[in-house]
Amino acid sequence: MRPEPERPKEINKISDFIWEIPTSHKKGMLVPARIYASKGLIEQMDNGVFDQVTNVACLPGIQKYSFCMPDGHWGYGFPIGGVAAFDPEEKGIISPGGIGFDINCGMRLVTTNLTFDQVKPKLRELTDTLFKLVPAGVGCKGFVDANKSQFIEIIENGSKWCVENGYGWKEDIERTEGYGKIDWADHTKVSDKAMQRGMNQLGTLGSGNHYLETQLVKAENIFDKETAKAFGIHTSNQIVVMVHCGSRGFGHQIGTDYLRKFEPVMKEHGIEIRDRELTCAPFNSKEGQDYYKAMACAANMAFSNRQVILHRIREGFEKTFNKDAEKMEMHMVYDVAHNIAKLEEHEIDGKKKKLVVHRKGSTRAFPPGHPELNPIFKKTGQPVIIGGSMETGSYLLVGTEEAMKQTWGSTAHGSGRTMSRARAKREVRGDKLQKDMEKRGIYVKSVSMAGLAEEAGLAYKNVDEVIDTVHKAGISKRVVKLLPIANVKG
Amino acid sequence: MKKYKILEDVAIADIAIEAYGKGLNELFENCAFAVFEESADINKIKEKEKKSVKLSAKSADDLLFDFLSEILFLKDTYSMIFKKASVKISKKGNNYSLNAELVGEPINRKKHELRNDIKAITLHMFKLEKTKEGYKALFVVDV
Repeated sequence: MRPEPERPKEINKISDFIWEIPTSHKKGMLVPARIYASKGLIEQMDNGVFDQVTNVACLPGIQKYSFCMPDGHWGYGFPIGGVAAFDPEEKGIISPGGIGFDINCGMRLVTTNLTFDQVKPKLRELTDTLFKLVPAGVGCKGFVDANKSQFIEIIENGSKWCVENGYGWKEDIERTEGYGKIDWADHTKVSDKAMQRGMNQLGTLGSGNHYLETQLVKAENIFDKETAKAFGIHTSNQIVVMVHCGSRGFGHQIGTDYLRKFEPVMKEHGIEIRDRELTCAPFNSKEGQDYYKAMACAANMAFSNRQVILHRIREGFEKTFNKDAEKMEMHMVYDVAHNIAKLEEHEIDGKKKKLVVHRKGSTRAFPPGHPELNPIFKKTGQPVIIGGSMETGSYLLVGTEEAMKQTWGSTAHGSGRTMSRARAKREVRGDKLQKDMEKRGIYVKSVSMAGLAEEAGLAYKNVDEVIDTVHKAGISKRVVKLLPIANVKG
Repeated sequence: MKKYKILEDVAIADIAIEAYGKGLNELFENCAFAVFEESADINKIKEKEKKSVKLSAKSADDLLFDFLSEILFLKDTYSMIFKKASVKISKKGNNYSLNAELVGEPINRKKHELRNDIKAITLHMFKLEKTKEGYKALFVVDV
């Protein structure tokens, strides 16, 4: 086995929340690496992060810095929390290892006008209903019975297809990143295998850290009242719902297919990499473009997946509370991807350039007035949804101009693991954790007790510290903290 | 010989697996077994259905990557979990071919004790090597 990577000798402090590893650290680094972290978080950061963030710094066409967000941890290829932009005009690449197999894994947040007092007596019934309506766990099948031609429409039209077919409200699309549809999706770039694998999975959560959570707003946790109100969060004790999942087997297969396809392409273009998982292709090559179009199909599948799940959540609430979803004001706050690559316009040294921005475990955080945002967010900036561990809480933030200046309009995506799954399972028993959480007022319904133990709060960093870091560094601003009261898990 | 072990504290959000085998066939079977055990409690899976896998590749490690990826493809496509794999690998010139049979049954959330829905086999740290005792493979799965 390869020994654990070493910590760099030189980690230079740029500010209280930015740490830099110079290009002298590793042969082949084209740019320095920058890690966003408080002093406590940088000390906690596992050595895999330093190795991986500096590997990314060696990839062709990388601009300015290879970034890692404060929730960063050891992943495969890029670190989780990795952000990097590549210039296609300078042989810049696209890499499946910089996006993740779970393409467009992301977050969706939905409000209600129900209060904790109204929901509490029926919380168990509600959660059990949602557990039935939204399948979770290994190899689960969804309820949407799409044939191949419908599935092609889904992967090319995303949320738009869902709403047109009765799975949601028109306004949902307005509140989804890129209107829930990536235009450059092309199903001819997707293998039959990926189609077969993903076709029956629309409306499913999956497992691991994916979840559907009912959450509580407390007055003391609203940090920016005006923005919170603009996003639909206005009352103390208000109940909201958060979903975390992605493109399921469909996206996983596309990642797997292109990982293998890219290996000979790299030889052709003389690209050398430091980890086979960083396999890539020049963005402007045929293969690079093919992957970009296939990736967009997976991203559309993920938007659709969360859209169909939202439809089921509304049904679950209607069934439980015997009221229309409209009457319960179940409006979306936003839906945002945190595993994706997109061609975006950014400024480098006063010049505007189109760059392929990879975000792997990082959320887009566009500022007020950004042209890609829906006009409804013109004044506020883009909502940023950060899922914490199921025990500690999650956050709603907002994008900033600083994020554009510093990190290609990017911020954190979660609280970030600090403990391996195997270790967490030794420290915690799933059934005991379930009972303990219930005593603390969090009802959990999980397909897997082992899976539950792996997701225990102690396996994660302190989410408050992660959010404090991005807030103080200025790359997004804190709006509301949301506390878990019930969780459906795979 | 131990079939496999989990390497703790490596790629902490995912699962790093080191598997062993006297020959290539056994190594591949044990790698598959590790994937099965990480997905569900195999003691609760009955031997009801079979799926056959035929693959070829230019190296043994590419073949292993493709074989393990195929298991995940079959899991989602047929909503199946497996408990056993029998593998036969042959080599002609620079080409490796594999014939395998996977045994398991359709997933039943009420009956089976499900664990991790493995998303993909990654190439991070991926390694297949010859050892004194036979063969050893290291791979990280994305969960």
